Amino acid sequence: MDEKLVDITSKQYKEGFVTDVEQEYVPKGLSEQIIRQISAIKQEPQWLLEFRLDAFRKWQKMTPPTWGHLKLPEIDFQDIIYYAAPKKDADRPKEIDPKLQETFDKLGIPISEREVLAGVKSKVAVDAVFDSVSVTTTFRKALAEKGIIFCSFSEAVREHPELVRKYLATVVPSGDNFYAALNSAVFSDGSFCYIPKGVKCPMDLSSYFRINASGTGQFERTLIVADEGSQVSYMEGCTAPMRDEHQLHAAVVEIVVEAGADVRYSTVQNWYPGDDQGRGGILNLVTKRGICKGEGSHLSWTQVETGSAITWKYPSTILKGDNSASEFYSVALTNNYQQADTGTKMIHLGRNTKSRIISKGISAGHSQNSYRGLVRMNPGAAGARNYSQCDSLLIGSLCGAHTFPVIQNSCPKAIVEHEATTSKISEDQLFYCNQRGIPPEEAVGLIVNGYAKEVLQRLPMEFAIEAQKLLSVSLEGSIG
Amino acid sequence: MIMNEVLLDIKGLHASVEGKEILHGVDLQIRRGEVHAVMGPNGAGKSTLSAVLTGRPGYEVTAGSVSFAGRDLLAMTPEERSWAGLFLSFQYPIEIPGVSMTNFLKAAVQARRKAAGLPELSAAEFLALIKQKMALLKMKPEFAKREVNVGFSGGEKKRGEIFQMAMLDPVLSILDETDSGLDVDALKIVAEGVNSLKTPQTSAIIITHYHKLLEYIVPDVVHVLKEGRIVRTGGRELADRIEAEGFEGIDG
Repeated sequence: MDEKLVDITSKQYKEGFVTDVEQEYVPKGLSEQIIRQISAIKQEPQWLLEFRLDAFRKWQKMTPPTWGHLKLPEIDFQDIIYYAAPKKDADRPKEIDPKLQETFDKLGIPISEREVLAGVKSKVAVDAVFDSVSVTTTFRKALAEKGIIFCSFSEAVREHPELVRKYLATVVPSGDNFYAALNSAVFSDGSFCYIPKGVKCPMDLSSYFRINASGTGQFERTLIVADEGSQVSYMEGCTAPMRDEHQLHAAVVEIVVEAGADVRYSTVQNWYPGDDQGRGGILNLVTKRGICKGEGSHLSWTQVETGSAITWKYPSTILKGDNSASEFYSVALTNNYQQADTGTKMIHLGRNTKSRIISKGISAGHSQNSYRGLVRMNPGAAGARNYSQCDSLLIGSLCGAHTFPVIQNSCPKAIVEHEATTSKISEDQLFYCNQRGIPPEEAVGLIVNGYAKEVLQRLPMEFAIEAQKLLSVSLEGSIG
Repeated sequence: MIMNEVLLDIKGLHASVEGKEILHGVDLQIRRGEVHAVMGPNGAGKSTLSAVLTGRPGYEVTAGSVSFAGRDLLAMTPEERSWAGLFLSFQYPIEIPGVSMTNFLKAAVQARRKAAGLPELSAAEFLALIKQKMALLKMKPEFAKREVNVGFSGGEKKRGEIFQMAMLDPVLSILDETDSGLDVDALKIVAEGVNSLKTPQTSAIIITHYHKLLEYIVPDVVHVLKEGRIVRTGGRELADRIEAEGFEGIDG
């Protein structure tokens, strides 16, 4: 059966095209000079430049983390272009380049409000980021009427500097880890979102990240603030061209959830995973963290990770407010030579805080897939509870699945539960499907989607459908 | 399509599992509209026969031929055999967690339509089909929402198999020990289902150890399989004789 399974996993990556557009770059390499240049291009205030330079000095003293169950290729940080942006038409600086419009159309990302209003696409506000800049953000005005700020990070710095300054790096400090420090020094664009007190965001918000230029990295920064009693559902997607070289993606996402607020953050990660021999692909080394700051706040993470050559990612929550709650629902699929080390941290500080972790790993081909998690109950977390379930599914016999759960319970009145399973797609299951006329590839897709159902059903409807298709496509060729 | 034409023609079939020969030359001919029973003691090769016919991995055909509706069955993949109209009711139906019966059958029905060059059924058409078949087999609507074979009782599993058979309109159905583990009431329900699906163009092979099921599904022909060979072929009276005397006295 392994031979069969090997074939189903050879991947078709339909987002692997390159957009031929004129771009401007900063010179290759990383130095104070480059950072000053990036900051100058973005016309940033002095405090932000200082924030960057401070992070850069911290980063220079740091070394890359090596604890992940990953074989990371050596990254030459002087061989990366840290800023690349499509050139604006000097005569029409406000208009979107038709080539970029075409690119996002091809990716199915609705960057024109007209289409959405006509009911062709579902009602989602989009911030579309192309390499180092945000191309457009839709529905800004409609959202502004409710007091919601949704714009690119750069615009937020210009238009709402007080808010950015108040919250930036309050959840992920600039020296948090090697890649977060790098991001803090060179971050380009990303999304900023502020939901005022008591406001329920009338539509889903989303950011779409596209890497296009070669030799570059993408270092986006996203900051979401949900003020007291507000609600928002936020989605994030991403793709990149197929190339033989690795490209670095080192993002930071910070989420602040005030008392009684509710944030749902969903990711469908579809960066280019490299080819079936393990050549190329995105190195996805990101730091995502939220804080449930106030009483009764709620943050839910849902991620479907199918792309990237290497994924190093642990969306985490600090449960500070009493009675706050957080969940982490994850499906991570690796195929061919992909490697993923992903999971979460749930840090319980407040009383009666609750967290739930559901992780579903799927490994095929020669890939390695690890779940890494930390559940910590601080002494003050009386009545806190965590439930974790980590399942691994193996397709074929050449891949690996690993779990590294860490539990630190310093509170006698807190309860932590952990369950884990490992299973294989059995020959019997495949044959059963085949006998009913379902061909092997489709059968694997069906079985994997069934396995991941508990997580997929957490995603907003359209995202769920996309994720289902992606899981099937990502396994194409693993049987034959 | 001519009635009475030969649908399945097995000639000199030898098959092995893990290098050990189980079938030592099976000859069997089934015409359209006929129901055949294949009876035999444990280890006779009954389940190997159904596995070889449906192309289950791990079973190797070492000699012989099988033609199905004029095509070389052994050259086809398991799904191609299914598309050609071959259906197996599994002795031990397999669980597929997280996949509803509806989604499973939708994938099966659409794959078969695609293979036949037919357009996919719309969601409404599929729903109508599933409702119609469930009504035919007197099944509760909740059944379609359950995960494939997960948490099913023995009886539910077998009814589930017959329900799938109804959904897929097979030309030849193989019922592998469908009676095992069923009480009389469940047996009757399953048999009614099978009988209600019978047409003059379609055929069935009932593989069984016991006589009981054959009281409810009356076979046209009864074969006795022993030690990898068909040692006797007769009418339904052969089944009665086995019931009375056991397999001991029946030899080629």
